[in-house]
Amino acid sequence: MLEMRTYKTQVHNDWCPGCGDFGIVNAIQMTLLEMQLEPHRVAVFSGIGCSGKTPHFINAYGFHTLHGRVLPIATGARLANPSLTVVAVGGDGDGLGIGAGHFVHTGRRNVDFTYVLYNNGVYGLTKGQASPTLPKGIKTKSMPLPAIVEGVNPITMAVASGYTFVARSYALDVRHLKQILRAGIEHRGSAFVDVLQTCPTYNDINTKEWYSGDDLPVKQARLYKLEETGYNGIVSDPSNGAEVNEKKGNALLKSFEWGDKIPVGVFFKMEVPTFEDQLAQRMPILKEKPFVEQDIYNRDVTPLLEELA
Amino acid sequence: MTVINSFTWMIGGPQGSGINSVAENFARACMRGGLHTFANIEYHSNIKGEHSYYRLRIDAREPRSHVDWVDLLVALDKETMFGDLNKHAPTHRGHRHEVSPGGGIIYDSSLKLVPDSFGRDDIKLYPVPYLDLLIDALKEYGHEREISKYQVMVNTIALGASLGLVDYDFELAASAIREGFTGRKAALGDLNVTAARRGYDYARKMFGADTFPVKLRPQPSKERRMMVRGVQAVAIAKLKAGCGFQTYYPITPATDESEYLESHQKDYNMIVVQTEDEIAAINMATGAAHAGLRSSTSTSGPGFSLMAEGLGWSGITEAPGPVIILYQRAGPATGLPTRTEQADLRFVLHAAHGEFPRMVIAPGDSVETYYDTFDAFNYADRYQVPVIVMVDKFIASTYRDVPIFNGDGMKVDRGNVLKDEDLAKMQEYKRYQFSELGISARSRPGQKGGIFWTTGDEHDEYGHITEAADVRVKMMTKRMRKIQLADEVIPDSKKATLHGPRKAPITLIGWGSTKGAILDAMEDLKADGLEANFLQIRYVSPFPTRFVEQVLSSAGRKVMVENNYSAQMAGLIREKTGIAVDGKVVKFDGRPFSQNEVYESVKDTLKNGTREVSVSHA
Repeated sequence: MLEMRTYKTQVHNDWCPGCGDFGIVNAIQMTLLEMQLEPHRVAVFSGIGCSGKTPHFINAYGFHTLHGRVLPIATGARLANPSLTVVAVGGDGDGLGIGAGHFVHTGRRNVDFTYVLYNNGVYGLTKGQASPTLPKGIKTKSMPLPAIVEGVNPITMAVASGYTFVARSYALDVRHLKQILRAGIEHRGSAFVDVLQTCPTYNDINTKEWYSGDDLPVKQARLYKLEETGYNGIVSDPSNGAEVNEKKGNALLKSFEWGDKIPVGVFFKMEVPTFEDQLAQRMPILKEKPFVEQDIYNRDVTPLLEELA
Repeated sequence: MTVINSFTWMIGGPQGSGINSVAENFARACMRGGLHTFANIEYHSNIKGEHSYYRLRIDAREPRSHVDWVDLLVALDKETMFGDLNKHAPTHRGHRHEVSPGGGIIYDSSLKLVPDSFGRDDIKLYPVPYLDLLIDALKEYGHEREISKYQVMVNTIALGASLGLVDYDFELAASAIREGFTGRKAALGDLNVTAARRGYDYARKMFGADTFPVKLRPQPSKERRMMVRGVQAVAIAKLKAGCGFQTYYPITPATDESEYLESHQKDYNMIVVQTEDEIAAINMATGAAHAGLRSSTSTSGPGFSLMAEGLGWSGITEAPGPVIILYQRAGPATGLPTRTEQADLRFVLHAAHGEFPRMVIAPGDSVETYYDTFDAFNYADRYQVPVIVMVDKFIASTYRDVPIFNGDGMKVDRGNVLKDEDLAKMQEYKRYQFSELGISARSRPGQKGGIFWTTGDEHDEYGHITEAADVRVKMMTKRMRKIQLADEVIPDSKKATLHGPRKAPITLIGWGSTKGAILDAMEDLKADGLEANFLQIRYVSPFPTRFVEQVLSSAGRKVMVENNYSAQMAGLIREKTGIAVDGKVVKFDGRPFSQNEVYESVKDTLKNGTREVSVSHA
């Protein structure tokens, strides 16, 4: 029987006490349990940094890759074996700094997997430098000077890059995160989940209290749920260009909201053929069973040689 | 005096003028007549307009290299003959100087060139009215008003004139031309044959059947042969080996291989992904390899530079691959993007930080490239290492006839892989289990009981991060053990070859694409009474240390021949064996060695005792 501990490993967890990463790992494990996915059918990929250690804590095939390269590696594995449920995770520096190129092009491909961004505004493991998502002018506690450049907006970038599921959640709201992760995993295509997260050690600006709005004149949580406002980012007819543009436009506008009010939930969703679908269109045997299980080791190359004779 | 079946031909023109198709038609026509061809192209990093040329060496015996003279030069433009000396920054002085005494030049009579302007009174000039003949041919098909559309076909007029001068069997050429135009394009084939015929008849009528001193005559063929380019040899070997996944980022001269694979995707079921850069290319391929699919990527120097990081990850995670085909070109940076070089040897051996096992194979021609590429996939699976096959622009684009590749004895070996039933019997599975030989059994993601973790951090047997010194030492030793194992298992006969007599006063040493020029030059040296043998090093890692030591420790004068500045292999030999070579012949002008360059420069080192000769015949 699958239970929560099925998805856990014995590996010592050395994240800082109170780290937002705990919430994300728990949510991933709870989602896998809720979906009744057997551990050996799941592969978790990570980049480098605190978040990079994630796969070691999850009992599933685990790939701790290179800084910024998690998406290409996960893509290769998923295309080789589309029967796997693939979850890729990484930090904001990993995905939007050193891996920004891969982030964009992964969106274009629309491979069927879920990419979870641990977004805390700092490079934690190298001791708190500004990450690409830290807004201009902000100085977290270990930075000598405030950030001199603008931050990038993960949601804006994801929509513009072509991710077909774009959502945001919060590491300390595990229930909501679990819902969003499940929606992402169930989505056919590249799902991007921006997880706002606290770094209790280095980000002394975007703290748990800040997200709770303790500093506002009238205390009110900064995060609000899109679905509670009547917002609907789901494209009902992907062949309707006008609807697609409108939904993307709405998502982009929403993505710029930041400050006292920060939206979480599904910004955009559209189901179109995945990269795997398109490959299978070209190579029908891919529909039969995963490529890795096919016998391609006895190909007859005689016709190719004859063509040259 | 008439020479039969020993001929060099060159066609030159601006890029976009279709020199490739006529040169390759000529080569295939020769193969159909049992003759042998070694052909290669030189071109600029440019789409249209810059000077390019394609040369064919046609012989009764199989030529393995080119030479620097041309018996018959076909000029599609003036620059081919006179160079670009009128340009602000000239790059060449034309090919009229390369025409052998008694040879000739076919050129466009409408250029109205004065014979004196060639500065050669020892060659024959064959002015041909390209356009008039083409219009005549077009009239037959009612296309004479569409001259601009068909103008490129003057190349076929020139090919026809060449065939006429060497008195070759026109029907063989006609069928070779038609082969290129099938289906809806068949009518175009007829038109091209007609154009070739016009050129053929014109040359014979105007210049006579006996004007040119070389004749080509069909001869019986002992076996079935095919015309192949290096990139095709690689691609077909990949399909044969069961490679299922190819990634690439567009780069000269590697891309042709990926395009070939993609064009055969439907029939052979291979995923080909054009990635955003070479970083993604290698990592995606490694991801697929870890997932259990044979995978590969192809690139040249600039791309391989970007792949260094991913290579290290493949190494430390003991991925079964990928196989990386490196088409060397002249560097550094963009260097000479369309020209050849062998200057990446040291880089390939050391690319990426830290130490990890890798295999590096450097085949010497397209035939070796085929078999070595196939083997590379077996090694990747068996030793769980990245395998790099080093070729170069010269091998990639060389077009020659070879016996049809024989598949005998080519067996796929996927190494130590676990079946579901093996895993079911296991108490516990450890992906990086220590073993005497360094190889741990692999499961495939998705298999029950096979869960593993992998990481670019140092790790324990499960694949979890560790910084424990003792585990580090054991794990490092385990990984490095694998290259030692490969060295023990793979016979020296695969790793290196001693061509020619076992003992000789001169030993030439080379690796990769210099093979053909060295073999052919050995015959020239022999004709001069200088007997040489040739040590060809084919495996760079694991390096055939004992074999090389054995050959060189008792060798006479040792001369290294390399297509780079610093004779990198000579340095590696010294590192591995302590043996220094006596002379070096290097060439780093971006062009491959010709037979005569090797011959002349080796003689130079012998005669003058020169330690190093630098060659450039461009």
